[in-house]
Amino acid sequence: MQLKTRKIGEVNVVDINGKITLGEGNIILRDTIRNLLSRGEKKILLNLGDVTYIDSSGIGELVSSFTTTTNQGGQLKLLNLTKKVQDLLQITKLLTVFEVFTNEGQAVSSFK
Amino acid sequence: MKGTEKKASVKLRSNFDSVELAERFFHSVIDQSRIQDSDSHRMEMAVRESVINAIQHGNGCDESKQVELSISVTPAKITIWVRDEGHGFDAGSVPNPLEENNLLKTSGRGIFIIRSFMDEFSVRRVPNNGSEVVMVKRLSSNSNSNSR
Repeated sequence: MQLKTRKIGEVNVVDINGKITLGEGNIILRDTIRNLLSRGEKKILLNLGDVTYIDSSGIGELVSSFTTTTNQGGQLKLLNLTKKVQDLLQITKLLTVFEVFTNEGQAVSSFK
Repeated sequence: MKGTEKKASVKLRSNFDSVELAERFFHSVIDQSRIQDSDSHRMEMAVRESVINAIQHGNGCDESKQVELSISVTPAKITIWVRDEGHGFDAGSVPNPLEENNLLKTSGRGIFIIRSFMDEFSVRRVPNNGSEVVMVKRLSSNSNSNSR
């Protein structure tokens, strides 16, 4: 998994490429979120457009990222779900938890 | 149908490197059977989740124990068996991840995903030799022909 962070205004857009699965992929995502939060960066947009695969462990990591950010008074939202990721979040009812966008500009301006 | 059955097995070490080996083995067995991409992905996920469970919860990541993955392909269905050397579990006792109290839990979705993606799912104790998950995906004639 490769991960790149860029900033648009106060929003940190995290572009994720590859697999979010048990092991390395999860650890990289966890470390990135912790790093952002430790620097006081609390507006996080995960761009999942190039995520090729996610397993139950990866879903758990997304949930963990969401709750960790929220508990610290931040916001974490999702951008560009692939069909596979969308299906998984749908069946696990997590689309009712995450705020999801298909347009980056709209996603960025939705942060308060 | 029996005459057209293709069956293969592999024994895997109980470490997480085996998860990708299991996925590759799955694809090497089913590729020739012309399955729709979406079904292939769902079965791959079921293999992945069940092998992770077998390594982690069944064998307790004890590398001296093995996980056996077996796959049978017929024109009508694909059957997948994942056997570990652990003490088994009651699939009915796994909390429902869709309940409000469980929705934000970071684990506990593997079995649910398998049940959602496969047509049949069961767990049975193997006398003196661990437990076995059995999963079935039925193939419609349509799903075979669509990918040709």
